[in-house]
Amino acid sequence: MTEILDRLRLSRLGDDDLELLLLIRHFELKLLELYGRGDLNGTTHTCLGQEYVPVALAPLLGEHDHVFSNHRGHGHYLARFRDPHGLLAEIMGRQGAVCGGVGGSQHIHRDRYMSTGVQGESMPVAAGVALHLRRAESGVLACVYIGDGTWGEGAVYEALNLASLWRLPLLVVVENNGIAQSTPTTAQMAGSVASRAAAFGVTHHLVVSTDVNEIRTSLEEPVAAVRAGRPLVVEFATHRLGPHSKGDDIRPADAVQAARDNDWYVRYANDHPDQFHRLDGTIRARVEAIAEEIAARPPSRWEASSSWEAS
Amino acid sequence: MRVAENLNEALHGLLDDDPTAYVIGEDVLDPYGGAFKITKGLSVRFPGRVIGTPISEGALTGVAAGLALTGNTAVAEIMFGDFVALAFDQICNFASKSVSMYGSRLPLRMIVRCPSGGGRGYGPTHSQSMQKHFIGMPGLSLYEMSPFHDNREVLASMLERGEPCLFFEDKILYTRQMGQTDPMFPVRRDGELAIAEADDRPDCVIIAPGGMAHRALAAMRTLLLEDEISCRLLVPSRLYPLDVEALLPYVNGVVIVAEESTAGGTWGSEVAHLLHGRVWDRLRGPVRLVHSRDSVIPTAAHLESEVLAGESTIHHAVREALRG
Ligand SMILES: Cc1ncc(C[n+]2csc(CCOP(=O)(O)OP(=O)(O)O)c2C)c(N)n1
Ligand SMILES: [Mg+2]
Repeated sequence: MTEILDRLRLSRLGDDDLELLLLIRHFELKLLELYGRGDLNGTTHTCLGQEYVPVALAPLLGEHDHVFSNHRGHGHYLARFRDPHGLLAEIMGRQGAVCGGVGGSQHIHRDRYMSTGVQGESMPVAAGVALHLRRAESGVLACVYIGDGTWGEGAVYEALNLASLWRLPLLVVVENNGIAQSTPTTAQMAGSVASRAAAFGVTHHLVVSTDVNEIRTSLEEPVAAVRAGRPLVVEFATHRLGPHSKGDDIRPADAVQAARDNDWYVRYANDHPDQFHRLDGTIRARVEAIAEEIAARPPSRWEASSSWEAS
Repeated sequence: MRVAENLNEALHGLLDDDPTAYVIGEDVLDPYGGAFKITKGLSVRFPGRVIGTPISEGALTGVAAGLALTGNTAVAEIMFGDFVALAFDQICNFASKSVSMYGSRLPLRMIVRCPSGGGRGYGPTHSQSMQKHFIGMPGLSLYEMSPFHDNREVLASMLERGEPCLFFEDKILYTRQMGQTDPMFPVRRDGELAIAEADDRPDCVIIAPGGMAHRALAAMRTLLLEDEISCRLLVPSRLYPLDVEALLPYVNGVVIVAEESTAGGTWGSEVAHLLHGRVWDRLRGPVRLVHSRDSVIPTAAHLESEVLAGESTIHHAVREALRG
C-alpha cells in the first residue's frame, strides 16, 4: 500500500523461515494454476506478497494462543501448522482435508485456529475468547487477522471498545494491502487505522518492513504486553501481489508494479541468491508433488453425509 | 440475452428513467462493476448516483433507507446474500417498520438485492438462500429473479409497492439465458405468474421460485420421457406476500413446492399453508415440500451436491407423490 518502498537489504533468515515463506508462495501459485486449469471449484484468495506477515508472527505466538483468520488465510494456516497436505485436501475436497472439505478455503478449524469468510465477524468472537483466556489461562492471547477493508464493519469497533475497556489479551493483526477486493483503501477509509485504534485507547504499531527478523524484534515487546492485558493493533503496510480471488484484477498497472517492487520473493533472491536458489526449487518441487498426491486421493468424506446415505 | 445482462439493463433503465434513483453497494463501481458484474457500466453513466461503499452492509442498507425516506429510489446490493444478515436490523426494525409504525403509511421505494444460493462451491457462508429468514415481516416484500420475468418489470413492480423489497437472485441464473426453457414445455404468463407445461392436464403441479425453475424443468423432462408423468411448473415473481389467488386456477391434484432453501421454516411451508386453506379438497394429499437438506452448505462439489435440492430431488419427490 505504501509508496515508500523499504529498499533496504533483507536480512538473512534461517533455512526454516525461508522454507516456510517459500512453501506459502508456491502453495498459492499452485492454487492459481489449479484454478486456471479448472481443477478447483469455488473461489480462493491467495496471500501472494503477504506471506511474510504470518511467518514473522509465527514464533511470537504459542500453541495455546488462539488465531482467528479470514478469507485470505492460507498463509496464516501454513505458518501455524506447516500442513500443506491438509489444507490442499480441504481446498480440493479430498481425503485428509482438515475440515472434511465442508469449510473449504475460507472456513477452517483446527485446534485453536479458526477462520471464516464473513468480514469482521471474528473480532467480537476473538474478544470473547480473550475474555476467557484472561480469566482461565493468563498469559495466553487471541490473535485476529483482518484486512484494511474489514474496518468498514461496525463489529470491529464494538470489539475494540470491549477489548480496551476490559483489558483483553487481544492482538489485532491488520494486513493493510491498500485495497479491498476492487476498492482502494483511500476510497473506503476516512482517517486511519492508527487514529481508529487511538480512539479506543488501543496501542497501534505500524510495520512497514518486510524483513522477518526485523519485524519480530520490533514486535516482541508489544506482543508481550498483549499477554498482560494490553490489546494491540499491529498494522502491516503490505501489498497484495495477485488478484483478489481468481482472475478479477482490475488494478492500474502502477499499483501492480508497486506490489511487485515490494515483493520479498524477488528481493530475497537478489539479496541472498545462494540460499534462495538452494531452497526455492526444492520447495516448488515439493508443492508440485503434494498437489499431485492430493489430486489423486479419493473425495473427502463427511460424517453428516454418511448418515444421510444410511437413512 | 443472459439473465445478468437483463438485470444490468434493467438497472441502467431505472437510473435512466428515474432521476432520483441510486444504486449503492460494495465494489459496484466501474470498471469492476460488482462481484457478479451486475452493476457494470452504471457508475460511468451515472456518476454520483452509483455509490461504492466500504464493507458495511448494515450502514449501506441504512443509507438506502435514508435515501428512500427523503423521496429517492434506492437499490442496495449485498455482495453475497448471506451478508444481508448484517443488515437485518435496518430491514426488520427500521425500513419495514417505518412503512407503518408511525400511524400513517410512509412509503419507501427501496430494493435490497441479494445474490443467493449455492452450486458454485463458495462454501457455507456464501451459498445460502436467506429468503425464509425474512418471510412474514409486515412492510417487507420478497421477490425472486426468474428467467421468465423481465427484470425491468420486476424492479418496477417492487418499487410500485412503496415498501422495502428484497430481491433474491440465484447466482446460477446469471449466466443462463432469459426465457430459456425446454421446447417441450412452452412458457406463458398470466399476470406475474409464469406457467410452463406440456399439456393442460398435468399429473402434478410444481411451484418454484425463479432460481429453481430450470431444475424443475429438467426434472419435468425426464419425468415425461421416462415415467410418462406430466407436470405443470408455476413460477411466481413475488414470493411474499404470495398472491395465492393467482395460483388457484392452476393447482389441483398433486402439488409440490420446490426451493433451494435448507430444511425448516421454508417458503414452501408458507405456500403449503396458504393452499391448504384455499383448495384442500382439490388436493390429492398435502402439498409436498422439496428443499435442501437440514445442513450447512459444504464447499466441496461432491458434498455440496448432496445437500442442495436439484433436478433429481424434484424428480424423486414427484415420483414418490404419484406412485408412493
Ligand atoms: C461481511 C462481508 N462482506 C463482504 C464480503 C466480501 N468480501 C470478501 S473479501 C472482501 C474484501 C476484503 O478486503 P480486506 O479486508 O482489505 O482484505 P483483503 O482482501 O485485502 O485481504 C470482501 C468485500 C465478505 N466476505 N464479508
Ligand atoms: Mg485489503
